[in-house]
Amino acid sequence: MSVHSDPSIVSIQAPASVGTCYHCQEPAPQPLKANGHDFCCRGCLTVYELLESHDLCQYYQLDPQAQFQRGQGLDNPSYAWLDDEEVQEKLLDFKAGNTAQVHFHLPNIHCSSCLWLLERLPKLEPGVKNSRVNFVEKSVSIQFDLSVCTLRKLATLLAGIGYAPEFRMSDLYRVEPPKTSRRMAYQLGVAGFAVGNIMLFSFPEYLGLERQIQPQFSQLFGYISLALALPVLFYSASDFFRSAWRGMLERHLNIDVPLVLGMLMLFLRSTWEILGGTGAGYLDSFAGLVFLMLIGRWFQQISWNQLSFERDYRAYFPVAVTCKKNGEERVVPLSRLEIGDTVLIHNQEIIPADGILLKGEAQIDYSFVSGESEPVPVKAGDKIYAGGRQVGETLEIGLSRLVSNSYLSSLWNQEAFKSPQKGTMSRLADQAGKVFTWLILAAGLGALLYWLPRDTANAINAFTAVMIVACPCNIVLSIPFTLGNILRILGHHGLYLKNIQSVEAFSGINAVVFDKTGTITQAQTQALDFYGANLQEHEKSAIRSLTRHSNHPLSRRLAQQYAGSNLLPVQNFEEILGKGICGVIDGQQYQIGSTAFCGMEGDGLFLLIDNEYHGHFKLHSRFRFGLENLLQFFRQNKYSTWLISGDIPRASEQVAAFFPDADSVFFQQSPNDKLRFVKKLQQSGQRVMMLGDGLNDAGALQQSDLGIVLAEDTNNFTPACDGILHADAFHQFPKMVQLASAGVNIVRWSYAVALTYNFIGLSYALSASLSPLVAAILMPISSVSVVLFGVLLGNWQAYRLGLKEDITPSKPVEVALT
Amino acid sequence: MEVIFLLICISLIVALGFLMAYLNAVRDGQFDDEVTPAMRILFDGDVPSEKPSTSAEEQTK
Repeated sequence: MSVHSDPSIVSIQAPASVGTCYHCQEPAPQPLKANGHDFCCRGCLTVYELLESHDLCQYYQLDPQAQFQRGQGLDNPSYAWLDDEEVQEKLLDFKAGNTAQVHFHLPNIHCSSCLWLLERLPKLEPGVKNSRVNFVEKSVSIQFDLSVCTLRKLATLLAGIGYAPEFRMSDLYRVEPPKTSRRMAYQLGVAGFAVGNIMLFSFPEYLGLERQIQPQFSQLFGYISLALALPVLFYSASDFFRSAWRGMLERHLNIDVPLVLGMLMLFLRSTWEILGGTGAGYLDSFAGLVFLMLIGRWFQQISWNQLSFERDYRAYFPVAVTCKKNGEERVVPLSRLEIGDTVLIHNQEIIPADGILLKGEAQIDYSFVSGESEPVPVKAGDKIYAGGRQVGETLEIGLSRLVSNSYLSSLWNQEAFKSPQKGTMSRLADQAGKVFTWLILAAGLGALLYWLPRDTANAINAFTAVMIVACPCNIVLSIPFTLGNILRILGHHGLYLKNIQSVEAFSGINAVVFDKTGTITQAQTQALDFYGANLQEHEKSAIRSLTRHSNHPLSRRLAQQYAGSNLLPVQNFEEILGKGICGVIDGQQYQIGSTAFCGMEGDGLFLLIDNEYHGHFKLHSRFRFGLENLLQFFRQNKYSTWLISGDIPRASEQVAAFFPDADSVFFQQSPNDKLRFVKKLQQSGQRVMMLGDGLNDAGALQQSDLGIVLAEDTNNFTPACDGILHADAFHQFPKMVQLASAGVNIVRWSYAVALTYNFIGLSYALSASLSPLVAAILMPISSVSVVLFGVLLGNWQAYRLGLKEDITPSKPVEVALT
Repeated sequence: MEVIFLLICISLIVALGFLMAYLNAVRDGQFDDEVTPAMRILFDGDVPSEKPSTSAEEQTK
């Protein structure tokens, strides 16, 4: 957020007496005093005073793990665009009279103190009626009075106390996610209630007492069971009927078709028996089956709350940007930018649309957009593309395109984004559906034809019994439980998959496409290696002190590298933009800069002390830990591997060490090229897994059969994909691929188990002697054993592969490749 | 034996009561967020400020 703390300083943990800020716990060399506490800056003091005056100082004592952001004061960030009517309308969840509700995403929420303070907002701002935090989503939902308080005031207050709300362009296009989980909870509740009670009324049957009790009781029990089963049929099971019906309309037999056939038979035959007074029916089995199916659906429906798999470029862009019109600076929502507008881009801000650089020294970091690993300098008058991040001074850009038509966003106009979503129905279940529908019908008709000439009554009995027993409910259960379990195991180890269809997609993949920057190399931590005489401590201090004054990315990198050294005063500091910096420290003239600036030869960033060459720095991409094993794994298992990068052919010898086949490496590929490349592979019959990280991979990720995004921090933006892999778990990826591929095989094996039960049941059914008791025992046992089989085998497989420990914090990445 | 009719009625009514309670809980959003309430319940009541109260504090509600 605002001022990022220097990690090396925080770790020193000075005792409170040596001037530690009472608010943010960072060192306060020249403390501001209040109430006997020290504060490092005006901002922190303001927050303290605000909390103190409202009796909220408990905040500081609640959670020892709390790490508060440095206070920003209450007037700092400009949220002027929040006063815009159109923006307000889109951001507010609802508005009735003067009461409105809004929810903000606050990335800084991290401990219970945050929760405590944010839920006491009504104390800080009288206009707030109520505020509720959702800790997992890191969001707060605020109900407030529009006549007393405005959106802008709320956002400013939140930012002031260290919880700056995060706004993204996508917030303006928000569609409420359907509340499917609640619907499922209702359906589960109704079904569970019905099963329990129907089973109670079936006790006479279970105990063989039906002949001993008076007939009016059996009749009553039957009617009550029927009444209880009706809501199960019409409400709890409605989604299965709907899905089967949709499948039939599309002339496509999905797994729900045979399932629904079986359930309907079960219900109709039971109704017939109860109403006709000929038996007790199988309503307990019917309700139990629906209940189990629903549990299966619920189990597979895992959502990684903090993650989103559907983001497009709008989730990456900010909501508003500073616009300069007639000499006046105004903050304007991105949706209202027009061609010809002049926008101001400050340090670390994202360029929202293509344009021409009018003023300023541009160093654009395109690594996320194009894969270029080093910032690109742009001269005034040159074209500048949307999506880049400016590093350095403020720029003025004249827009030449709309946000939605810019170089980057036009990628989303591609076909891959318009074609329907990758199948929502499991492929496995689809295959099983076709087989089972015909199998059931064939078995049922067989029974009917066998009995019809012999005994008409038994013929109907046998026919319905076969349909009931052959119902593939245990298979339907096996898929969500087996794959859902694997989904969870993978999640615990840092691979978050979107749904069980993504687990399935792992099997059958035979081509793997890698992106370079940020995917196989580390995005942020490129190493600056020093060549030359060993640096003394005072020289390191001097380098840190000197580079600290420059905003150039390389200077920042250097300052960060020597963050552990002391700071010294710098005299005669001078920066020649884009070339280098120099200054006098301790009477010595230091000079750091490019080859030309230092009058040297060769490549690198040179260090001169008193005009004498002392050494030079070189930037290296660091490859991720475990990359070699990963590639080896894929090659041993006959996957083809490709590297496709937007970068210029930089460090090609290093890349060649990993990808010896030069035909499999492509540089300078645009986002569209990447998409087309994946498509070409698919057209040649391959199933493609794409590993990427940035917006430039978005098209390829969408087009591929399985798109995995690598993320250093899962809170950051990730493009739409099927799964997100935490960078720390990268070295575990081969094991994860094995586990996920094993999942599909496990499901196939559990078919065998399921079929055994079905054949046992069929032998009863064909002889027309399926008693409710047998059905009531056979069905749950077969379902439970199939589920256990799938889950335990999945766990065992994970154990065997060594996926035991959870992801550990970043292992030191030492790949000698210089 | 006729008393069984009565018992069945009572048992069904009790069971329905629980079902209603559950459905109500779902509607209230009890199952929407399963993490935050568990943290919220651990806070004690608000403790008074560390500084003796001053006029500045009296102004606020």
